[in-house]
Amino acid sequence: MKVLENLLYTEEHEWLKVEGNTAYFGITDYAQNMLGGIVYVELPDEDDELEKGENFAVIESVKAATDIIAPVDGTVLEANEDLDDSPEKINESPFEAWIVKIEISDASQLEGLMDAKAYEAFCAKEA
Amino acid sequence: MELKRTALYDNHVKCGGQIVDFAGYELPIQYVGISEEHHSVRNKVGLFDVSHMGEVLVTGKESLSFVQNLVSNNVKSLVNNQVLYTVMCYENGTVVDDLLVYRMTEDKFFLVINAANIEKDVKWIQKQGESFDVTIENQSDSFAQLALQGPDAQGLLQSFVDFDLTEIEFFNFKESVSINGIEALVSRTGYTGEDGFEIYSKPEDASMLWDLLVEAGAMPIGLGARDTLRFEACLPLYGHEISDQINPLEAGLSMFVKLDNDDFIGKEALVKIKEEGITRKIVGLEISKGIAREGYTILVGEQEIGHITTGYKSPTVGKSIALALIDKTHAVMGNNVLVQVRKKQIPATIISKRFYKKNYKK
Repeated sequence: MKVLENLLYTEEHEWLKVEGNTAYFGITDYAQNMLGGIVYVELPDEDDELEKGENFAVIESVKAATDIIAPVDGTVLEANEDLDDSPEKINESPFEAWIVKIEISDASQLEGLMDAKAYEAFCAKEA
Repeated sequence: MELKRTALYDNHVKCGGQIVDFAGYELPIQYVGISEEHHSVRNKVGLFDVSHMGEVLVTGKESLSFVQNLVSNNVKSLVNNQVLYTVMCYENGTVVDDLLVYRMTEDKFFLVINAANIEKDVKWIQKQGESFDVTIENQSDSFAQLALQGPDAQGLLQSFVDFDLTEIEFFNFKESVSINGIEALVSRTGYTGEDGFEIYSKPEDASMLWDLLVEAGAMPIGLGARDTLRFEACLPLYGHEISDQINPLEAGLSMFVKLDNDDFIGKEALVKIKEEGITRKIVGLEISKGIAREGYTILVGEQEIGHITTGYKSPTVGKSIALALIDKTHAVMGNNVLVQVRKKQIPATIISKRFYKKNYKK
């Protein structure tokens, strides 16, 4: 299982790459492996408001639909439309195939997220 | 309820199977991945553990008339060593289960039923049997069942038997076959839309048989691909396209329902339904975006006209397709409908449900 150093992680197996008050958001290698072959991603629209804990996107694998949960409050700046044509990119390179770029409304919410080391420990416990 | 394991549980774990609860059994949903397993069956050969399926043996001098009364298809047309696909219905015409009927002799039939329905079916069959001179035995725990499916199935199995497998024609079977010394009943049947065999053995022999076929090149296939394969071939699954709420005429199974033949349970109701015309039917849908899963509502304008029974992004066809039960007035090829996918309504078109052309060896 691959984990990248400079990202923040959630217990929902999502990652955030924070740059100032914006962040790229995706799912982790652990998550894509659990989901199996991804065949469709239902992306949110630009300017959609995100509320921490609410599902705002859906990843469909062959077998099932999985809700994607917003890690923090914010606004969608951009959805990765490459995933419309090639959802399998999430399986191939989960840390490059970001799902949305967001603007973070409350940076203090980032404090509850895990760093790479804590996330690895979290996954070890889940397995 | 405690989960049951088939005789092949250890083999699944050894092959890397991801184990889930299915109809009370611990079975693999997948090994290497649903898509890869799916393509392997379409293009080469795959091996399934279907030991969870139920087997009921009917013996006695009234076996033929009993089974004919129990199911909708023409059992009297069967000769020895032939298999028949059929449904058994309630008096109101809805479906108790779909099943395979194997005729050994006139006074010995073998019924293969769905795992999730074993208890219900056996009760039903026994109740119907009270007025016939027959013995009904639930032998579900006495058999393991493996399905070897795909264009290379015959070639693979041929090297382990001492007769020409082409002797077993489509929907026929042979008893006491020796597969490398392991005794089994072999039928040319399946649930994938491909040529292949279903192999019934003693549970204690199943593990050896599994290893033999896997080592010879059959890819282990989980329940995930079993469902995508049967779906593409438009083969119904109980609880989805057929159920105790859906009759076989609505499900498009009229070729397995012989209303001009002998009486059977549910016939009277089905004759009436046919005369009056069905009000709903199973159709194919192509969805423009996303995936329509079971239970999603289908609309025309504001009006709800039905629901999805099974839906996938088809691994073979590459499109998002579904089977759906809708009001017959809307069931016109080419018509546009909407599928409620979470908060959005996604356009879909009614298409032929022959998503995939079956490759049977007839």
